[in-house]
Amino acid sequence: MSMFRRQGDRYVVSLAPDEVRVLRKVASEVVGLLTDGFDHTDPVVGRLFPDIYPEDPANSADFRRYTEGDLKTAKIDQAGAILAALPDGAGGEVRLDAEAAEAWLRALNDARLAMGVRLEIRDGTDLGAELDEAMLVDPGSSRVFQLSVYAYLGYLQESLLNVMLD
Amino acid sequence: MGGMAAPQVAPVGTPATDEVPAPDRPWVTIVWDDPVNLMTYVTWVFQKLFGYSREKAEELMLDVHHKGRAVVSSGARERMEHDASQLHAYGLWATVDRL
Repeated sequence: MSMFRRQGDRYVVSLAPDEVRVLRKVASEVVGLLTDGFDHTDPVVGRLFPDIYPEDPANSADFRRYTEGDLKTAKIDQAGAILAALPDGAGGEVRLDAEAAEAWLRALNDARLAMGVRLEIRDGTDLGAELDEAMLVDPGSSRVFQLSVYAYLGYLQESLLNVMLD
Repeated sequence: MGGMAAPQVAPVGTPATDEVPAPDRPWVTIVWDDPVNLMTYVTWVFQKLFGYSREKAEELMLDVHHKGRAVVSSGARERMEHDASQLHAYGLWATVDRL
């Protein structure tokens, strides 16, 4: 797995072909979820667009009417920032300025939130143990793949945060 | 005042009493604990959005983590709605309530 480093005022990471593929897939899925696949009954949408007044559905819906469009656009744009910065072909280098780095952080977070809902990640979930268990059931399963991607995104997000906060 | 007694009918559009701001009960933005968001990320968001120092942001983040929720800002209702909306843009789970 690759880690971000700082080069002058840029945040740089060299990605392997598999990493580029996974990031492209994940960012595209987020865009899909926010466009054609947008569905208020989907728990992922519920998590990305929480009710602002949990005990007041009418006021929450009212607020949502005014803000949801902008919020959706911002989330689509930040996922787009990942797609825009990825190398065209297989592997390669990604170089981010401060603005793009922030968009990446936010987009990586959205992707992890979406996957966290699907994978039923809870407080105290031990990712390593979950992965071992899923491997025993079927090493080629979609759950093994999803858990690995989820862990990878967290690792990449943390590595970007570490250089940004440094 | 003299004259004829008029029937007591509330005019249409009278705001409900709970929409009248009470200065002694400010509105608050609350951030809830979440099993996905990284601790460093939440700290970064608090610094970025509210201009808090690293120490203050970390303290708030730990409050969210250990107590399950924390008040991150307080003031006028519209301001809190704005804050919560911004926090949603960063993927934090935020709600608005009265103190």
